[in-house]
Amino acid sequence: MHEMSIALAVIGQVEEAAERAGGVTAVRSVRLQVGELAGVVPDALSFCFELACAGTVLEGAELVTDTVPGRARCAPCAHEWSVGMPPLLSCPRCDGGGTDLLSGRELQIVGVQWEDGSTPASTPEPIPEER
Amino acid sequence: MCRVVDLQQAVLAKNDRAAQTLRAELAARGTTVVNMLSSPGSGKTALLERELVLARERSVPVAALTADLATENDAARLARSGVPVKQVLTDGLCHLESAMLAGHLEGWLPDATRLLFVENVGNLVCPASYDLGETLRVVLASVTEGEDKPLKYPTAFGLAQLVVVTKTDIAEAVGFDESAFRANVEQVNPGVEVLLTSARSDLGVGALLERALAAADGAPVHTPVMAREPHLHTHTHDHTNDSRTHTHDHTNGTGVMTQSGS
Repeated sequence: MHEMSIALAVIGQVEEAAERAGGVTAVRSVRLQVGELAGVVPDALSFCFELACAGTVLEGAELVTDTVPGRARCAPCAHEWSVGMPPLLSCPRCDGGGTDLLSGRELQIVGVQWEDGSTPASTPEPIPEER
Repeated sequence: MCRVVDLQQAVLAKNDRAAQTLRAELAARGTTVVNMLSSPGSGKTALLERELVLARERSVPVAALTADLATENDAARLARSGVPVKQVLTDGLCHLESAMLAGHLEGWLPDATRLLFVENVGNLVCPASYDLGETLRVVLASVTEGEDKPLKYPTAFGLAQLVVVTKTDIAEAVGFDESAFRANVEQVNPGVEVLLTSARSDLGVGALLERALAAADGAPVHTPVMAREPHLHTHTHDHTNDSRTHTHDHTNGTGVMTQSGS
């Protein structure tokens, strides 16, 4: 169960980014890409994330995880396939000799949504009749 | 107001950076790290003890660091070989991280060390995600664990640069199907070498030391398919002064992309 370590790494990086940006008052959500072969369980990660966010600028933030399927391509015969779980990483068509993993190992912070104290550069006119 | 900010950072970027730094620092002083992963009770310590004794007999300066949740039993066993050994207690943590390893090496690792064997916490899940600055990653499995272990723990076996089967002296008694095991390894990590060993009957003892020395001498090591990612946009370089971060303004405060009124 290293999901707590992963959650802490996510929180640490978001905190650093918020500090660099300045003026961030709350983080609403964090979007992650988690590959099928990343060795991370999204549910366990969400659980740890919620706990570990307490007392930080991320308190209450939602963790959105996009699962990335594992895909591979055989270099010699160009066949492409979904690797599945457990993954099949040798070519099912030929004897292989070189497989490229196209996707599936992602463990990436894509982006965040946060609140900051600033006001928009050009405040749109409120339109009362449109509520 | 609410902003959507693109970060595009690898979650483990910090560990990966620390591992790169450690690898470079150790290389500069002539030390190569071998990271050993297995489940608890696979026989890592027994095999490592034999390899350390051989190294000492051959005057190869080696050292070993062993990580467990509790007890110094493994360090006591490995220390019988007479080489420098350090026990790390992780206090419940299921894996080692590179910054932790670097901290433990400071002030302890003897200068002339050629090979440092790191016996990771007995666990085939979590340690797989953490680069420790090693040059050779070895995954071990005993014949009692079942031929499908590589399929059950594909990340660990899929990222191995060498697979070692232990306790082969009892392979027949437990009905170990070597060809099924090899086929399963091949499925998740085509091309990786599988070594058969038995610390008790001497089979294959010394092979791990030889592979480690070859890696230390710069011989090419196996690159697992899982470690080859031509199109993956993972950034392990530093984003401290991140000019890549850009923001989109959302005037409605919900963060949903909408046209602001004009």
